[in-house]
Amino acid sequence: MSPSGAELLRRVKSQIDEVDPSEVNELIDEGVTIIDVRGTEEFATGHLPGARSIPRGHLESRIESAAPDRSAELILYCESGIRSAYAVRTLKEDLGYEHVRSMTGGIALWKDRGYEVEIPRTLTSEQRERYSRHLLIPEIGADGQQKLLDAKVLLLGAGGLGSPTALYLAAAGVGTLGIVDDDVVDLSNLQRQVIHSTERVGVAKVDSAAESIRALNPDVKVVKYPLRIDASNIMGIIEGYDVIVDGVDNFPTRYLLNDATVRLKIPVVSASILGFDGQLSVFKPYEGPCYRCLFREPPPAELAPSCGANGVLGVLPGTMGLLQATEVVKLILGIGDPAIGRLLLYDALGATLTEVKVHRDPDCPICSRDPEEISDEEMGAFPDYEAFCAAAG
Amino acid sequence: MATIKIPPVLRASVGGEKELTASGGNVGEVLRDLVAGHPATQSQLFSADGELNRYVNVYLNDEDVRVLDGLDTTVGESDTLVILPAMAGGSR
Repeated sequence: MSPSGAELLRRVKSQIDEVDPSEVNELIDEGVTIIDVRGTEEFATGHLPGARSIPRGHLESRIESAAPDRSAELILYCESGIRSAYAVRTLKEDLGYEHVRSMTGGIALWKDRGYEVEIPRTLTSEQRERYSRHLLIPEIGADGQQKLLDAKVLLLGAGGLGSPTALYLAAAGVGTLGIVDDDVVDLSNLQRQVIHSTERVGVAKVDSAAESIRALNPDVKVVKYPLRIDASNIMGIIEGYDVIVDGVDNFPTRYLLNDATVRLKIPVVSASILGFDGQLSVFKPYEGPCYRCLFREPPPAELAPSCGANGVLGVLPGTMGLLQATEVVKLILGIGDPAIGRLLLYDALGATLTEVKVHRDPDCPICSRDPEEISDEEMGAFPDYEAFCAAAG
Repeated sequence: MATIKIPPVLRASVGGEKELTASGGNVGEVLRDLVAGHPATQSQLFSADGELNRYVNVYLNDEDVRVLDGLDTTVGESDTLVILPAMAGGSR
């Protein structure tokens, strides 16, 4: 006569080894492999810290990727200890795992004892669809997408460089985009500032940008700063952001930004454009050079063409802005080699990209010192600052 | 003759060229040869005391001459000098 379910379970349990939650709690710190054999939806409601999910139906086909060494210690659990008991017998009898045990009482007893439960953050089904091309890339995947959604990026300017950067970062699912710009959309902007539109001429750029971002990806929270950044407000604005995208059009702000970001150790992805030429570099405080290491002083105003209106090929800020967006995504995900300590020079007419090295200056007035030593008065200062600004108008 | 890459802000001073050649055995000589041919670049590259302006970077191929021997850095015939003044601009 075939055994009853209860009889079968008693028999299986007599053939396998079980382990008490208290011992599992100690083994977690030693890095033992723990497998949750419940369904993926149960796993999503909370699991043991560091546990991997292999639903029992997939056990035989997936266990080897999680536990390639059959002599290594392995702990399985489910909700109450039944499914994991059967799973342990399968691994032991059929697959030859030598040290596999089932946790007594499952995660229910684990919770009763008050041990830590990790609740995984999951993407909604809409997010899985929206970001599916990211999820397919091993370097990004669900964890990377979650990092992007958690990231806070500040864009200085919603103009030529900021427009494409903001659009692509929003599309990529960067969760918070701060935008600093005190300007309104002008018809002459639209040759390159693709985040704005003809019908929004006259509208504040932060509002216009926010509208486009919302239409593209409602996941993104936009924080609007309709102002010009200066020494009195910079620290309050930039603090808390993970990466700053610098597309500012004048030297005093560039130096101010550099000094403030070194103080707060926030990486800056910087680009500039003129005519048919663009430059790009990533300034990651204390890991690479800062902007002052690259340029100790700004040029005199007559050699600083940024101070007035200058011509620029409309697609060039698109090219440079998207190189910036790419560096931002790399910094958030921690992948690849960001352009730290390197300056990329793009010549659109020649279709050439030249790279030069940028070194940390051991005598840098800012980043050769500890961040807390940098005073408010020093920030953004450089010789002849007043004269520079007067000449620059 | 070494090749010199001219940045956008200096092109008006050299008749619009993006690249020029100049002769000299070291960085200082090559740059002074450039200035001899295009006097308008003098004040943009050099300060009154003959030093390179602090807002101008010069690279021998991809290396900053400040970490080499500055203006005394030896330049070969096939070398390229990149002149790079600070640049801003873009968002407005």
